[in-house]
Amino acid sequence: MSETVQSLAKRFRTCTVTGIKIHRSAEQLIKVNAVVAIVCFLIGVLAAIGLLLTRWQAVHYLSVVMYYRFLTAHGLNMLIFFIIFFEMAVLYFAGPVMLGSRLPAPRAGWLAFILMVVGAIMTNVMVFTGQADVLFTSYPPLKAAHWYYLGIILFAVGALIVCVLFFLSLHVAKKEKTYEGSVPLVTFGGLTAAIIAVITLLHGAIIYIPTWLWSLDIMPMDPQLYRLIWWGLGHSSQQINVAAMVAVWYLLAGLTVGGVVLNEKMSRTAFVLYILFISMASAHHLLVDPGMGSAWKIWNTSYAMYLAVLASMIHGFTVPAGIELGQRLRGFTNGTFEWLRKAPWGDPGFSGLVLSVIIFGFMGGITGVTLGTEQINIMAHNTLRIPGHFHVTVVGGTALAFMAVTYYLIPLIFQKRVALWGLVKYQPYLFAAGISLMAMAMTFQGVFGVPRRHWDINAADSPFPVEFHPVVNLLQAIMAIAGILAAIAVLLYIISAVLSVFFGKPLTAEAINEKASGIPQGVLQLPNQSHNSSMVARLHKTGTPGTVVLVFIFLACFVVYYFVNWKLLTFLWKIG
Amino acid sequence: MSKEFHSALVSPTGVWWKPVHSQEKRWITISFIWCMVLFAMMPLWHFKGGQNPTGVRARVDPADFAERTERFNKEFQVGTEKGMPVVAPPPGADVYLLARMWSWSSVLKLKKDTEYMLHLSSADVNHGFSLFPINVNIQIVPGYDYGLKITPNEAGEFRIICNEFCGVGHHIMVGKVIVEE
Repeated sequence: MSETVQSLAKRFRTCTVTGIKIHRSAEQLIKVNAVVAIVCFLIGVLAAIGLLLTRWQAVHYLSVVMYYRFLTAHGLNMLIFFIIFFEMAVLYFAGPVMLGSRLPAPRAGWLAFILMVVGAIMTNVMVFTGQADVLFTSYPPLKAAHWYYLGIILFAVGALIVCVLFFLSLHVAKKEKTYEGSVPLVTFGGLTAAIIAVITLLHGAIIYIPTWLWSLDIMPMDPQLYRLIWWGLGHSSQQINVAAMVAVWYLLAGLTVGGVVLNEKMSRTAFVLYILFISMASAHHLLVDPGMGSAWKIWNTSYAMYLAVLASMIHGFTVPAGIELGQRLRGFTNGTFEWLRKAPWGDPGFSGLVLSVIIFGFMGGITGVTLGTEQINIMAHNTLRIPGHFHVTVVGGTALAFMAVTYYLIPLIFQKRVALWGLVKYQPYLFAAGISLMAMAMTFQGVFGVPRRHWDINAADSPFPVEFHPVVNLLQAIMAIAGILAAIAVLLYIISAVLSVFFGKPLTAEAINEKASGIPQGVLQLPNQSHNSSMVARLHKTGTPGTVVLVFIFLACFVVYYFVNWKLLTFLWKIG
Repeated sequence: MSKEFHSALVSPTGVWWKPVHSQEKRWITISFIWCMVLFAMMPLWHFKGGQNPTGVRARVDPADFAERTERFNKEFQVGTEKGMPVVAPPPGADVYLLARMWSWSSVLKLKKDTEYMLHLSSADVNHGFSLFPINVNIQIVPGYDYGLKITPNEAGEFRIICNEFCGVGHHIMVGKVIVEE
């Protein structure tokens, strides 16, 4: 009997910082998924540098063939492989680790991991050997080698298995009573991401399996139907990112400053709104397509009357308000903004969190809703405004949040100190500045009509060369230089993560006592996660005045940007 | 807001379905109203606005569309430019523009403040119709005829840039539209 207990105990370790019991199998799977995610991130970012230096036409670095090849690789490795591998790590963390339970069927987790790695390698080999120059979207009748589609199918099957394991781990934790009450909000956010992932991956299966058969000449494929269902994968997968990112925001707020949950009902309802409505966003890509009518477009592009946007606006309030309350509970109660001024800005976990919220909300959210408006999309479809938008949602928002949480995963999961700490403190700032500036430069080029996914916008070899407004040249330079700054920040993150994980100093109790470098302040001293003092009652009266100011500034920006775009639309030719 | 506070890492116990603080209620109400404004704008523009992507849409055999385009070109051709037919359709005419790797079927000559029915389709893969510099962008999908009523509001020379990736020649796929007073 005692042997069984001992062998069971071996499978768990107790976290020295949080006191959570961590199942070693879950921990190992977090590690391998995170490491592969970072490898894909590296491929994606190296490709990005080539793309930037090509779109900056004064440099025009890559040849036409290599440009589209790198573009395909960049899209796949960033939007699918990097981000989904990382989300698998987030799911293993939000499920078994957060609930202190065991991971059921760890072997299935390894099988899923192998399937995903094999799929990712297969697809990448096809891309880099020039057998899949079809870009990330691979719209038929453009055709890639059939191995390309099969690779993505294997990857998706693996990811689907991980989602099932996550659901099972929730069930096991409930049955074995490893926690009391309801699952924490972070886990609930993870659950939201996992459910959306299942919806997304089913779309992926519905479209990639027939497309694979089509590539083998077994069945026909309708190009419009493909666009409809493919974007059920392509856009909805961005909604996995949104849900996972918001879960990470709540997690980081708690870890860094003891950020609290304003109201469980409100935050959880907002997550449910995501599940119900956010997968309708396939329509964002089909607003000027011939296959669908306006009623369909309006209903779907608005996620059923913008109820998923409402969800984001709720999180956009509760996340900063939770941070504000956490800070006020720590004693920063003076004025409207002392909580913000005296925040731990030197902690990349915290600065990354705040910058991610700001970039995603102010830039990504506002541009997204505006571009996704049926008529405004006429001015934006397939111009550089579109990548200008999603580089501030999925990159400035999600990827930045994931990088920020890595600075806590390294000590908490890998039990190592973060390498290059002195530099890494500035990493979120450098990245945020670079990516926002790059996205703005893209957006303005798009306003001048510059197309996305284009090797030579001046069309020098065509019968009718195009002459853009001279400011476009300047914007290209800004885009490239700012983008390369962001890429340097990513490389710094990758180098630091690799050094920490493989060569890092271990995180010991002494190191924490001595406040050694490379340990984020939330790990040095974990902020209180529960409060029940007289302070709580006082805060109940004052509320969160700082956040109220911030959200109304946000709303004002939103309204102005939205109606300026309607005004711009009136200058176009009449069309209908 | 409740009487106790906990972070998102803590499992809430007991009943957490509690009333929302007045501050948040106000924000949610305002957000909801804003969402309704966002939603109302799109149908409203169909009645009041001049730019809508509704059009007349139908499936079409690419070969049929190519034949219609050829007939249209022959009927209204007024010249050639760089080996391409220059076509001047009469006001209100059905205008056929076929996209194919990597060119447009004609140079169009239109009149200002005149309405035309512009039919777009593709002979091969997806293409994008991007009218430069005024930035009207329409997706072209093979097998589908997208007919849009257009009314040029200024004279001048315009470009049609293909803005959907269509293979290695994508960047040379530029056409031309001339609008006369």
